Amino acid sequence: MRTINFSLHAMFNLLFIIHVLGFNFVYADVKQRIEVAYLSQEQKVPQALSNLDVFIKDKGVPGAELAIDDNNTTGQFTGQQFALKKFIVPLDGNVSETFNKDIVDHYSYIIVNLPAGQINNLADMAAAKQKLFFDVSTVDDVLRNEQCRSNVLHVLPSRSMRADALAQYMMKKRWTKWFLVIGANEEDRLFAEAIRRSAKRFGMKIVQEKTWEHTYDARRTEQSEVAVFTQVDDYDVLVVADEQGHFGEYLEYRSWNARLVMGTQGLITSAWHPTHEQWGAVQLQNRFKDKTGRWMEEQDYAGYLAVRAIGEAATRTQSNEVTRLKDYMLSPAFALQGYKGNPLSFRSWDGQLRQPVLLAAPRSLVAVAPIEGFLHPKTELDTLGYDQPESACKWSQ
Amino acid sequence: MINLNLHVNGANKIMNKTVLSRTVFALLSLGLIAAVQAETVFITLEKDNALAVVDPGSGKLIKTVDIGQRPRGITISPDHKFLYVATSDDNTIKIIDAETIKEVGRLPSGDDPETFAINPSGDRLYVSNEDDSLVTVIDIDQKKVVKQIKVGVEPEGITVSPDNQWVVSASETTNMVHWIDTKTNAIVDNTLVDPRPRALSFTADSRQLWVTSEMAGSLMVLDVKSRQLVKTVKFAVQGVSADKIQPVGIIIDNDNKRGYVALGSANRVAVINAQTFEVEKYVLVGQRVWNLAFSPDQKRLYTTNGSSNDISIIDLETQTATKSVGVGTYPWGVIVKP
Repeated sequence: MRTINFSLHAMFNLLFIIHVLGFNFVYADVKQRIEVAYLSQEQKVPQALSNLDVFIKDKGVPGAELAIDDNNTTGQFTGQQFALKKFIVPLDGNVSETFNKDIVDHYSYIIVNLPAGQINNLADMAAAKQKLFFDVSTVDDVLRNEQCRSNVLHVLPSRSMRADALAQYMMKKRWTKWFLVIGANEEDRLFAEAIRRSAKRFGMKIVQEKTWEHTYDARRTEQSEVAVFTQVDDYDVLVVADEQGHFGEYLEYRSWNARLVMGTQGLITSAWHPTHEQWGAVQLQNRFKDKTGRWMEEQDYAGYLAVRAIGEAATRTQSNEVTRLKDYMLSPAFALQGYKGNPLSFRSWDGQLRQPVLLAAPRSLVAVAPIEGFLHPKTELDTLGYDQPESACKWSQ
Repeated sequence: MINLNLHVNGANKIMNKTVLSRTVFALLSLGLIAAVQAETVFITLEKDNALAVVDPGSGKLIKTVDIGQRPRGITISPDHKFLYVATSDDNTIKIIDAETIKEVGRLPSGDDPETFAINPSGDRLYVSNEDDSLVTVIDIDQKKVVKQIKVGVEPEGITVSPDNQWVVSASETTNMVHWIDTKTNAIVDNTLVDPRPRALSFTADSRQLWVTSEMAGSLMVLDVKSRQLVKTVKFAVQGVSADKIQPVGIIIDNDNKRGYVALGSANRVAVINAQTFEVEKYVLVGQRVWNLAFSPDQKRLYTTNGSSNDISIIDLETQTATKSVGVGTYPWGVIVKP
C-alpha cells in the first residue's frame, strides 16, 4: 500500500509540475465513475431448427462491454470512468433476490436482459424508483403502452415498429394482400396483433389468417403439410408470426402458390444484422467481431446502445447523477450515433428508442425503414410504432 | 511563349508567312495541349477497388485503373507528382505516380486506413486508424511510422493547418476534435463538438477550424487560438427532412470568402459565406454527396456522390451544378491534379 501511495503521490507531484509549466491536461484525471450493472438470467438451450443456428449464451454482454471500452476512450479526455458488472442469475436462481442483494445499493444504471414478465417486477420495487433500467431484450408493445414504467427505457424496436417497417415496404412494393400465418405461442399471437395493426394503419388487406397447428418436424412438414396448409385465396405475401422459429423456415419454397415469405422468417426485421454495413456500421461490425469472434446480434447491439446512451449523456452533462442523465436522454438535445444514418433518441412518451428498422434477407440488406416517402411532421422515425397521440403510456411519476 | 513568336520581324514576306503560319500552328498546338493537359480529377471508387480518372473539360471519364482493395482517402503531394491512396482492406496507403498512375511504393498506414492528411511541406502523412482509435504519423520519405497517437473512438476526419502548427483529428463516436501539436506529435487539447463529427478544414489563414457534424446536421466554427466554438451553422433545406441533412466533406476557398459543405443524403452542397456564416445557397448535386475538391483556379468544385455513382461539377460563379460524370460504384474521395 505504501509503495502505491508513494507512487501516486509522486505522480500527482509530476502532474502538478507539468501543470505549472503550462501544459494543458490532455488526459484528464478521473473525477467521476459511472458504474453499470448488467442483469440477466441463464436460458435453457432451445431446440435448434438447424445446425446453422448456433446457440449463443451471452447475447448482449459483449455489446455492452464494447460500449464500455468506447465510453472509456472518451472518458480519458473528460475524466469519466465507466465500468460494467455482470450478474447472470442461474437457471434456477431468483432474479429479484440478486437485484436486492447485489445491485440495489450499488448501481443506478441497470441493463436488463430478461423476459418481458420480469422487468416490471424489478422496476416496481420501492428501491428501484430512482434507478434507470435499460431493457435490451423485449419487443412487447404492452411494456411501452399500458404497462410502461417511467424508470425503464426500451432499446430494441417493438413488435409494432417491426410490423410497420414490413408494412411500409410492402406498401411501397404494392403487395397489398397478405396471408397471415400464426404460430401457437403467445409471442406469435402478439406479433400477429402488431401485423393486423399495421395492415389497418397502412390500408393493407389480410385476406386470410391461419394458425399453424401442425408438427414442427421437418420430415413431415416440408412437402405435404405446408402445401395443403397454404391453399388459400390468392395473396401477394405470406406474413409469418413464428418468433421462436419453430416452423416459419419451412414455408418458403413449399407454399402452394409461388409467394414470398416475410415477418419472422424470410424477409425479417431487425435492429441490427450482419448484412448491414452503411453509415459506418462496418466499423462497429468489425470491432465487435474482433472482440468476440462472432457476429453482433440484435441484443448485443441493444447492450451497446444502452451503455453508449449512458456515456453520451454523461459526457454531455459532465455528470454521473441518474436524474440528470435521464433528463438529458429524454430531452431533444440527445442524439445517439447508432450506425443507421439517423441519430437515435428516446421517445419522451414511452421510453422507446427511436430508430430505423432493418429489413434483411439472410445475405442481403433489402431496405431500411422508415421507407422513403413515409412522412411525419417531426421525424420520419416516428412513422414506426406507437406515435405520441396513439400511445397508451401515461408515465406514472 | 506568345510574345516570343509575335516578335519575329518580317523582312521576308514569304518567310514571315511561314513563321506566322508556324506561329498559328504552334499556338493551336499549345491550345490543344492546354486542353489535353488541363486539370485531371482522380476519384477513388470504394466498391470497384479502382481509381477513376476524369477530364473535367470534356466531362468524360478517361479511364478506370485497378488500385487495390476498398480505396477511400486520396490526396496529392504538394509538387503534384504523387497520389496517395488509402486502400483500406489492404491496410496500406499506396503511392501512385500521378502521370503513369502506377504504384511506386507503399506506406505503413496501420490497420484500415480511411482518411489522412498531408502536411504543407509534403513529408508527413497523418492517418486515421478508425478501428484502433489511433492517428498514425508517417515519414513519407523514410516510409516509416514516426508515432501512433491515441485518440477517441473512430477517428475519421483529419487535417493539417496551413501554417503546419496543428494536426486535428475528429473522432466520430467520442464526438471530439483532438488538437495535436505537429512538433511533439502529442495531443494538446480536446474540444467536444456536435455528434458524429465527420470532416474538418482550416481556413487559409489557419485562424479558424471548420468541423461538420453528420448527426446534428451542423457546421461548427472553432477559433484556433482558444480552441473554442465560436459559431454553429445549422443547415435546413426546404422539402428535405432534417434527418437527411448529413454534412460530411468541407472545403474553404483561399480568400476565405466562401466555404462549401457536402450534405450527404440531402444531395446538396451548401454554400456558406465565410464572413457572415450565412448559407447563401444549396446546390443540388448527385445522391449522398460526400467529398469535395476545388479546381486549381477555385472556379469549379468537384463532388463525389456515393449513391448515384457519379461526380458533379459545380460552376462556382453561377453556383450551379453544370455537369455530372458517371465514374463507378461508391465514389469516395476526390483530388485534382493541375
